Amino acid sequence: MMADELNLQVNIGSLTLPCPIMPASGAFGEDMEAIIDFNRLGAVVPKSITKHPRKGNATPRVCETPSGMINSIGIQSKGIEYYMEHVIPYYRRYQVPLISSISAESIEEFAEMSAIIAGAKEVAALELNISCPNLKGNGAAFGMDAQATRDLIREVRQVTKKPLIAKLTPNVTSIQEIALAAEEGGADGLNVANTILAMAIDIHSRKPRIGNVLGGLSGPAVKPIIVRMIYQVHQVTSLPIIGCGGVMNGEDALEMILAGATAVQVGTASFVQPTAMLDILEEIKQYMMQYGIADIQSLVGQVVTGKHNEGES
Amino acid sequence: MKSIPMKVTANQQVSERYWHMKVDASELDAEVSPGQFFQLRCGHDLNPLLRRPFSIYRINRRERTLEFLYLVKGAGTKRLTQMKAGEYVDVFGPLGTPFVLQDEWKTILLLARGVGIATLAALAQDAAEKGVQAVAILSARSRNDLLAAETLQGFGAKVLYVTDEEGTSDVSAVRRLLEGLLREDPIQAAFTCGSKRLSKLLQELAATHGIPAQIALEEHMGCAMGVCFACVCDVREGGQLKTVRVCKEGPVFPLEKVVL
Repeated sequence: MMADELNLQVNIGSLTLPCPIMPASGAFGEDMEAIIDFNRLGAVVPKSITKHPRKGNATPRVCETPSGMINSIGIQSKGIEYYMEHVIPYYRRYQVPLISSISAESIEEFAEMSAIIAGAKEVAALELNISCPNLKGNGAAFGMDAQATRDLIREVRQVTKKPLIAKLTPNVTSIQEIALAAEEGGADGLNVANTILAMAIDIHSRKPRIGNVLGGLSGPAVKPIIVRMIYQVHQVTSLPIIGCGGVMNGEDALEMILAGATAVQVGTASFVQPTAMLDILEEIKQYMMQYGIADIQSLVGQVVTGKHNEGES
Repeated sequence: MKSIPMKVTANQQVSERYWHMKVDASELDAEVSPGQFFQLRCGHDLNPLLRRPFSIYRINRRERTLEFLYLVKGAGTKRLTQMKAGEYVDVFGPLGTPFVLQDEWKTILLLARGVGIATLAALAQDAAEKGVQAVAILSARSRNDLLAAETLQGFGAKVLYVTDEEGTSDVSAVRRLLEGLLREDPIQAAFTCGSKRLSKLLQELAATHGIPAQIALEEHMGCAMGVCFACVCDVREGGQLKTVRVCKEGPVFPLEKVVL
């Protein structure tokens, strides 16, 4: 089998991606154009946009932990007007789909921003970052509550027919319950998942190592947790899943695909190796050729969970 | 900017806390200027995970090597000390904006604390090549940490030392020293790196004496290519405060703009 005979195309609802590898929002931007060819990705996903400009959180905004990174950037953002005028038009030059990640403080604001952004013809799909705090609720993230998740997606569903991807928070007791709520609300896909709430302390200064005290853990340290969540979500919903959390190489991405992910986002790995997304794609192709797999979709959810000694003599 | 495996040609301890690494940069096709930095992978495994930013200590254009002077501070730099000559280190860069050295300047002042001198040494090298006289004040914990002094003197710089050990490095003492220099020497521009309190002092004195000044900032970094917004600082522009990225808009900024 030759590399050009492989079918890497995948679908998230009505959205067709030329390949399953795309950046995670927040770990991608125009500046990476100098390093990788965006047209080789499955999609481009610029940093989450907020309605109003936001300054972001106090520094230090990142710290490293064993095989992981905690961040609390706080979505530094130039606001939706800048996004519409500059960010969306910038990505016109690329052939791959543009997925806009939206962060908002209330259900109404999510719907309002989604209507505006989905109105841009260049935008192929919306990723709703439901991990942000619901300021009209009790300040907990929308995605921590099934009812809030359902209501939020339902409201946004009213304003656009474009594919909606709910980016779930892993900071919940039952990811399956939230995934089902997002499906009932009308989501076309699920991103599993955002960063895991974490903390690190400098024992010498006795200060938290993040200016905002708490932050989100990403990187290889979180991958087994995310693989578990993809597997669990895939058990209960029929929605396509975008796996996100700690993918560093092709093996990691394939693990997520076997657990049930249709596509995979890459974040922290790009900081370690700027060409990581394209390297991962090449490693997936190598694997497919090694095992004679013509279509990447045939691997989705194909983890074998029978007894380990089954079939052995 | 791209990521290139570069051969380590030397990696030696130069004082109790500092190490010096030299790499073969013949694969690098980009121009490198003082003030810019590179992101180095401190090992080949996942822990330490992130790259670490290192400013350029020396640029050897003829022999096509780069040198880094680094303080051993945490897991990343500790791991870096284990790299032996002949091994390869993954180097990503050059990144960030460089210092600006105007042709008309004849004498410049360098004010550095600790490893901040690594950044300013590259500038002193550039200044020497352009026939600009550098006057450097180096601040450190101890005499033992004043490691780049000989390098600077090798570039023809006039070097003054202040140390915690000798009780000469507090802000008021450095203020007296700086004021004396500004009175006596025809200093036309100033540069600083490595200390917030010394930078604040220089910001004030540069404004009083009407001297342009530049600062190289240090910040925890994620991507170092402008996409993650981890390394930010506040700058004043046109009467407004703006939060900008140290890796992209910096690390070198006009000193008067930076909110310290």
